[in-house]
Amino acid sequence: MKSKVWLGLLGLALILALPFATDLLLGRSWVRLLDFALLYAMLALGLNIVVGYAGLLDLGYVAFYAVGAYLYAMLASPHLGMHWPLWALLPMGALVAACFGALLGAPTLGLRGDYLAIVTMGFGEIIRIFLRNLNITNGPAGIDLIDPIQMGGFSFGANHSLLGWDFPGIYSYYFLFLILTALIVLISHRLSDSRIGRAWSAIREDEIAAKSSGLNTRQLKLMAFAMGAAFGGVSGVLFAGFQGFISPESFTMGESIMVLCMVVLGGMGHISGVIMGAILLAILPEAFRPLSQFQQATFGHVWLDPANLRMLMFAVALIVVMIIRPEGLWPSPVRRRELLTNDDEKNSSHKAVP
Amino acid sequence: MDIFLQQVINGLVQGSLYALVALGYTMVYGIIELVNFAHGEVVMVGALVGLSIIERMAARGDTGWGVIAVGVLVAIPSCMALGLGIERIAYRPLRKAPRLAPLITAIGVSIALQQLAALIWGRNYLHYPEVLANPQFHIGGAVITQIQLVILTTTGILMLVTWVIVQKTALGRAMRASAQNPSVAGLMGVNVDRIIASTFLMGSGLAAVAGVLVGTYYGVGNHTMGFMLGLKAFTAAVLGGIGSLGGAMLGGLLLGVIENLGAGYLGSLTNGAMGSNYSDVLAFLMLIAVLIFRPSGLMGERGSEKV
Repeated sequence: MKSKVWLGLLGLALILALPFATDLLLGRSWVRLLDFALLYAMLALGLNIVVGYAGLLDLGYVAFYAVGAYLYAMLASPHLGMHWPLWALLPMGALVAACFGALLGAPTLGLRGDYLAIVTMGFGEIIRIFLRNLNITNGPAGIDLIDPIQMGGFSFGANHSLLGWDFPGIYSYYFLFLILTALIVLISHRLSDSRIGRAWSAIREDEIAAKSSGLNTRQLKLMAFAMGAAFGGVSGVLFAGFQGFISPESFTMGESIMVLCMVVLGGMGHISGVIMGAILLAILPEAFRPLSQFQQATFGHVWLDPANLRMLMFAVALIVVMIIRPEGLWPSPVRRRELLTNDDEKNSSHKAVP
Repeated sequence: MDIFLQQVINGLVQGSLYALVALGYTMVYGIIELVNFAHGEVVMVGALVGLSIIERMAARGDTGWGVIAVGVLVAIPSCMALGLGIERIAYRPLRKAPRLAPLITAIGVSIALQQLAALIWGRNYLHYPEVLANPQFHIGGAVITQIQLVILTTTGILMLVTWVIVQKTALGRAMRASAQNPSVAGLMGVNVDRIIASTFLMGSGLAAVAGVLVGTYYGVGNHTMGFMLGLKAFTAAVLGGIGSLGGAMLGGLLLGVIENLGAGYLGSLTNGAMGSNYSDVLAFLMLIAVLIFRPSGLMGERGSEKV
């Protein structure tokens, strides 16, 4: 028991020291990448509620991220001349995104699996098209000069000094995102063990059985949608403040797919797995960056476009990992057992005739 | 000029291309319940392979439909090999895996193909050389070009051929049996793995034709062209009822016509508040509306939910 406490403390110390160590060893751009990894972790945890807990495939999740981001961008930038504080915008982002989630969910939750997927995807595209074409969102140009996140006079964007040490904005953001990620982890964890969480897994495993056991599946699914959307909205608010500039191109379907990959690759429904998936996929494309130097060194010439090669390696890694570990890199032990015993049932399901 | 008729003609042409691609989605989905996200990329590869061939021949001074036909004939086996390879590498090992795992590999394959194409053909838009005279015909105040006519007839014939194969041949019977129940079909002596492979083969062949036709019609090709096209075709397949051949055809045509009518009329209907750039919104809204009232699509099987 005692060693577990020490291990936990050691882990905590590592996490707290991470930005400083990264800065020393790899440089400042990697600290920025860490901040983004944490943002993605929050997004992935939100989607995990929808996909991992309730089993609803959502391909337009990034729409809620966009809602949060645009809410912050419009109410805290010179664009409309308003400068609302974070403590008001963060809950507002969660609430508005949740409303959008419910708005999308209400008419469509009767749909089965892949039909729901395509409808959510369509919804994501609709939001993006509106963002691109409306005047209030400044169209394809997006919104810039967004206020950095501020709390009680402390600006997260500015450089500070701590005991004579230089303490740039990306450090402050790291700790802010860390605290919020921890909060989302806590909520996710409490949810998964709650009455609602168990109802969600019942729906995920067998919706008809869940319904006949007296669960209000419609309301529960709507709740999952709204809850996941709220987390997406929160991440969006933080993203806008952190980045200082947003445009519709940050919220394409490719982004939704990336977040889904994080959830599935990490291990659906398992908090630690999802976080690992998010951090891994956020960092992986960057980790392949030295490839161009490698080409230069080996062949004396850059033969293949490094940006494309990087994404190609990323895609290959995605395929290989999924083939080797179809249940995800770090699945929850319970889920893993289920998957290993469920093989025979799968083949006997009936499907539509072409 | 009659705008309505013109938009309907343009819509039918675009829709028939969607339908051709949608057939590939729907056939694969019908059998292994997998959204083959890489299918749009197969179309893209078909278009770019065709473009390379057509470019070579145009440089030699060849013109006319023969050039396009050669392009198609080279693109078909290339795409078939690609489709077969995708199925073998990315989907077959995951046949018994959790449902979302093959979806992720499909996404992986899609990204990989896009990047490979960018490495081979570059990132810029490539222009299809003009090898056709493309005369125009007038019908009732609207114009239809020769390319449009050829696209309509080609897709019509291909759909008919697909329908005959699926409904009337032994292979088609095996496909339908595998779709209904793969394990029982296996017990009846159907080699399900081979049937799945031949489904990918057929879908990829159709995708190749669609790719070259799309390239010839719009005149450009690019490594990203498959994504949106695939998305629209998949939407069409769902609109018609995924798993149903007739549904894919109907859904494709319907989507094409609605998009084009939207592009033509949205501006004047909303007093300029929404221009033609909202035509995709219209298409997706209609999809949502259809699915709310008919949850399995227009021609999908009803009540096939497993208990």
